[in-house]
Amino acid sequence: MRTLKFLLRKEFLQIFRDKLILRMILALPVIQLILLPYAATYEIKNITLSVVDNDHSEYSRKLINNFTSSGYFQLVDYSKTYADALDQVEKDKADLIVEIPKGFERDLIRDNETIVLFAANAISGQTAGLAVAYANTILRDFNNDVRIQWTQQSRLNAIPVIDITSSNWFNPQMDYKLFIVPGVLALLVTLVGFLMASLNIVKEKEIGTIEQLNVSPIKKYQFILSKLIPFWVLGFVVLIIGFIISLILYGIYPEGSFWVGSLFAGIYLIALLGFGLLTSIYADTQQQAMFIAYFFMLIFILLGGLFSPIENMPDWAQYLTYINPVRYLIEAMRMIVLKGSGFWDLRYHFLIVTGFAIVFNGLAIWNYKKTI
Amino acid sequence: MKQLITFIQKEFHHILRDTRSMLVLIGLPIVQLLLFGFAITTEVRNANIAILDNSKDEVTQSIITKIESSQYFDIDRTITSNAQIEKAFKTGKIKLAIVFQQNFQNELSHSNKAQLQIIADATDPNQATTLTNYISSIVRNYQNELNQQKKTPYTIKSEMRMLYNPQLKGAYTSVPGVMGMILLLISAMMTSIAIVREKELGTMEILLVSPMQPGLVVISKVISYFIISLINVATILILSVFVLGLPIEGSLFLLIASTIIYIFCALSLGILISTVTETQQAAMLISLLGLMLPVVMLSGYAYPIANMPTILQILSNMVPAKWYIIIVKNVMIKGIGIELVWKEILILLAMTATFLIISIKRFKIRL
Repeated sequence: MRTLKFLLRKEFLQIFRDKLILRMILALPVIQLILLPYAATYEIKNITLSVVDNDHSEYSRKLINNFTSSGYFQLVDYSKTYADALDQVEKDKADLIVEIPKGFERDLIRDNETIVLFAANAISGQTAGLAVAYANTILRDFNNDVRIQWTQQSRLNAIPVIDITSSNWFNPQMDYKLFIVPGVLALLVTLVGFLMASLNIVKEKEIGTIEQLNVSPIKKYQFILSKLIPFWVLGFVVLIIGFIISLILYGIYPEGSFWVGSLFAGIYLIALLGFGLLTSIYADTQQQAMFIAYFFMLIFILLGGLFSPIENMPDWAQYLTYINPVRYLIEAMRMIVLKGSGFWDLRYHFLIVTGFAIVFNGLAIWNYKKTI
Repeated sequence: MKQLITFIQKEFHHILRDTRSMLVLIGLPIVQLLLFGFAITTEVRNANIAILDNSKDEVTQSIITKIESSQYFDIDRTITSNAQIEKAFKTGKIKLAIVFQQNFQNELSHSNKAQLQIIADATDPNQATTLTNYISSIVRNYQNELNQQKKTPYTIKSEMRMLYNPQLKGAYTSVPGVMGMILLLISAMMTSIAIVREKELGTMEILLVSPMQPGLVVISKVISYFIISLINVATILILSVFVLGLPIEGSLFLLIASTIIYIFCALSLGILISTVTETQQAAMLISLLGLMLPVVMLSGYAYPIANMPTILQILSNMVPAKWYIIIVKNVMIKGIGIELVWKEILILLAMTATFLIISIKRFKIRL
């Protein structure tokens, strides 16, 4: 116990001595948590629109008006031809082309049917999909208005309609920030903890101080603990600061228990740091450790469900996410913060990260050789 | 010149000796591109949903069959009451629930109106909207089939055309994004660490007292990492075209030329990082903790820049990846020539120059 205390004092002193590092560990995540969630929004308000109106009728003008007043679209120009509009898309000036055919109004009233063309820049399928979905909604509403105007008398032979109502639970305002902030925070805590831990032991190797530790009568578990605890504290501090920022800046107050969240993050950090230390033990130089850390971090992040939902992945990728600790933290944070899930709802998550913690740290202790 | 070549050889030996790092440097882009190309998609697949059928009649059955056969959804059949829906949401078992009112079929045929409620887990608002839209359109299609004999009057149909990417492949968005991200992070990280490492280990002093000019010392390092980056570009392009099926519509020469400029920009950012830090740890924190998320989130790859608040739009201009991604999309996918990307190329050149000028000003010849 006394040995551990001395070792810990040494580690903490080392961390606090390097003011630049300490400042970066605290400042970089804080700045990013303050700024980046505002960048993450799919709620599209500025779809740029190029209209080709070949009809110039009352109805075509009304329809265009519905587009511009909807709040989703910004009319950038009226193009004379479809080719001109395509030119606008090519230059990135327009995202969506709406082409109204000649005889639009006449066909609609006389032949009961007409057609409107939507062409979207689909390099980003997501944006294109949303743009076309909004466009169709506007078209449908417009169409309903037209119908009401012309079919008032024949109300009696109405057709059966399935009335679809939809409600959105846990985030009725559909605020993307509620979703992204817990995820970004999870990621920042992970980055800080993992980077610090993965560089630590290898640094002693590179500088040569590890030899002194090796000849001293320290037990392996004491050594690993002395490396683990300081970074655990650091990671936890970042987490708490993150919670405070989410509360003050984004008004995110966890629906569920703060303590369950902290307990989960605490166990998660032990697991993650264990993995970091393992990286550090295997690497020969800091440079190598850093590349390995980068490799794992990126895969963890990509398969963590922060930017794209895990359910949408193919089966093989979903299986890979089961061994990704980051996935569990992001999921658990979102569940606790937004849905108010409790300990029992998260029992499997708890079990799995505890398993990770035991395996990674066990391997770290086992693989750390006191000889060079 | 001979000295420089010897130095480059020395640097290469250094890099090649470290097989683990080499594996990561060359293998990472491959792994990442394949993950992005195949695993990370925004299309809906296998979404878990629950159906609470309070009516259990022919109509509800056939709607359920329609949903089931759409292949987007996996139906969880264990839910039998409203209370269980909330529980299933809380454990994360389902993303969406559909509730049919009682006497669905009767209501539909007698009062012409039957109620179907969609409850979505809006934790992820985007996903919730997409799933709700999918279900709604399946139900609407079914309803249209029901009413086929009675034609709806005054119908405006829409025709959709998806330009450049008719099949809506995710790779069209992700490949330019991955190229922008990997090349920037790897290049910046490599140079920043390599130079700081010499400082930290004290070998920089030896290099500085050697008859080589300090500038050449740095250049020899940069050239070695430049060659590694070129290998990465080659693998990325080959994989994109032959495995992910992306086109190279525009000039390959223009694409590669602008990529080389971009790599120089990233390498000089790395040099800049190494001039402001003293330890590898600090360099690494800046290049990973400081760059990774901003590059992903502000480059226009993950989220459209046009929606961001003004401050972030201004900040995004400082992310080199933003400009490079525009170039790749335009040249590679749209097939546009230099007349529409010269501005972006100029911006990258200006950034490179700025990074280098600041670095030279800060570079201390004496330690």
